Amino acid sequence: MLQTEGLACVRNGRQLFEGLNIQLQAGELLRIEGGNGTGKTTLLRILCGLYSEYEGEVHWELDHYPAYVGHRSGVHEALTPVENLRWHGALHGEDISDAEISEALSALGLGRHETGMPCGHLSEGQRKRVGLARLLLRPNSAWILDEPFSAIDVEGVDDLIGMIGAQLDRGGVAILTSHQEIALTAPVKSIRLRGTE
Amino acid sequence: MWSSLKREIRIGVRQSSDLVNSLFFFLMVLSLFPLGVGPGADTLRLIAPGVIWVAALLSTLVAMESLFRNDFDNGAIEQMAMSERPLALVVLGKILGQWCLSGFMLVLLSPVVGVTYSLNGAEILATAVALALGTPTLALVGAIAAALTVGSRGAGVVLAILALPLYIPVLIIGTSMIAAAEAGLPVTGYALWLAALLMLALAFAPIATAAALRVSLSH
Amino acid sequence: MWRWFHKLGSPRSFYLISNRLLPWLGAAAGLLLVVGAVWGLLFAPPDYQQGNSVRIMYIHVPASILAQSGYLLMATAGAIYLIWRIKLADIAMQCVAPLGASLTFLALVTGSIWGKPTWGTWWQWDARLTSTLVLLFLYLGVVALRSALEYRESAGRATAILALVGVVNLPIIKYSVDWWNTLHQPSSFSLTEKPAMPAEMWLPLLVMVIGFYCFFFTVWILRIRSEIIQRESGTEWVRGVAGS
Repeated sequence: MLQTEGLACVRNGRQLFEGLNIQLQAGELLRIEGGNGTGKTTLLRILCGLYSEYEGEVHWELDHYPAYVGHRSGVHEALTPVENLRWHGALHGEDISDAEISEALSALGLGRHETGMPCGHLSEGQRKRVGLARLLLRPNSAWILDEPFSAIDVEGVDDLIGMIGAQLDRGGVAILTSHQEIALTAPVKSIRLRGTE
Repeated sequence: MWSSLKREIRIGVRQSSDLVNSLFFFLMVLSLFPLGVGPGADTLRLIAPGVIWVAALLSTLVAMESLFRNDFDNGAIEQMAMSERPLALVVLGKILGQWCLSGFMLVLLSPVVGVTYSLNGAEILATAVALALGTPTLALVGAIAAALTVGSRGAGVVLAILALPLYIPVLIIGTSMIAAAEAGLPVTGYALWLAALLMLALAFAPIATAAALRVSLSH
Repeated sequence: MWRWFHKLGSPRSFYLISNRLLPWLGAAAGLLLVVGAVWGLLFAPPDYQQGNSVRIMYIHVPASILAQSGYLLMATAGAIYLIWRIKLADIAMQCVAPLGASLTFLALVTGSIWGKPTWGTWWQWDARLTSTLVLLFLYLGVVALRSALEYRESAGRATAILALVGVVNLPIIKYSVDWWNTLHQPSSFSLTEKPAMPAEMWLPLLVMVIGFYCFFFTVWILRIRSEIIQRESGTEWVRGVAGS
């Protein structure tokens, strides 16, 4: 589903990585490891098509763009979770009903109380969950998640791992960076960025 | 595009302080000039066209500075860039939404401004039309500069340096239109020129803004 | 053609080719500038109206011409970089901006000095002076944007977009300034409507213009070379050049 050839990236004169060949089949999870500043986020953004200063090739076989949840959740603090998610659907030309949205939000542990107030009043972890709820609302077969487990509590981590498991069972793929081990039955590939000096 | 426009207006209304600040800024700049050059009606009528437009330019810049900043910081721009709709249209919706709350407000304020600068009815009408046709162009062109500078250091000043030279045509035609109205000359020609510039900006600025945003995402 | 384009596009071969080109270009610049300056300042006839003050034209006109073509070159390099991602185009664009800005500044200063004896004032809101001033602002915008952006890779594309936006706007700005000028000062002395120049005047001017072009390209290439060395300082071939 995803294939990269000789991916290399130089940032401010410093080589982050080079010669990266990634192959990912349907139903697989790819975990990118590496210390701070080794280019994990940059690699994810290259795979999303957000970062274009790289050499090499990225081939996706997808019906829709991959869904991306980054460090920045993509949630505006003046809007309520429902408004944020509805706008996000409209961004892709889809009209998403309120019922679908509250179902997705409750799957991530956000109740009626939280969904009615502007996201600025929510905690960091709750905002992150709103961002993750996007994954449930659109039929993306590729998920790209940057540190999805940071800032959310143990329950949230379980919910999220369940979501990722279901995504892989459907034949989708997920690519994520994480410092923690993920307990999944699905096949997990992992690559480690070391940074070159 | 329409959903982005609606979103922008909704955000603007909820965070009304930004919007109110840029309007106050406009009025303050305008009230400083009579204090500086004296309250004589003739002097004020002479400087009115230029002063009104310079104030509009500056307050547009103030509004443009925050156009993309919030959405850049919270990651919404990334989501727009990964949308299946063209980024240029999404961005156009955002710019027009912002204009409804800033540029359009200046148009509504023009009677107040006109009265304080002792302009008569026809002159105020010309001012309002000039602002209505000129400020969207300012917003569209300013958006390119805002997209180029978002996420960089000292964005505000650099934004002004990039945008102000590009504002010169609108400034010249806009002031000439108000001055022509004061002299009792026909103003339709000026209005058509402003409309032509607006059409050009509508056609090209969103594309350049979208390209600039994609570059800014690579910083 | 395409291969040649690509070969010149690599910083290394540009460096090696320019090695051979540079002495000739530099010599031509020096020769033409000396000949043109001596000819223009000592032997060309004075203007029948302006007297000897017209001689500043031999600096002013080439500087203004280069100020404009410099912006065009910058935008062209920007377009090449945006479309083909040739690194050299980015370097060339980065190096031409300060150069063009200085020539624009020179054109403004000499224009102002020329204005003093002819118009009796240092500054006149003449259409040409005003649009040159705007051109300087556009250059400064490019320089300011480049220095505000932290990441070199994306800064190149951002300034390229800005240069292209500027080049699209330049005719509109120029046209509106001309129009504004005729509106505000219908009958000021205009530099543009000079009586047709005799050959003794335009020949040295032509020599100076060509000399300025050679000088411009010499300095540009020198700047590009030092930028290449800086950017590629880690590579084998730079070490080889430095060692030899």
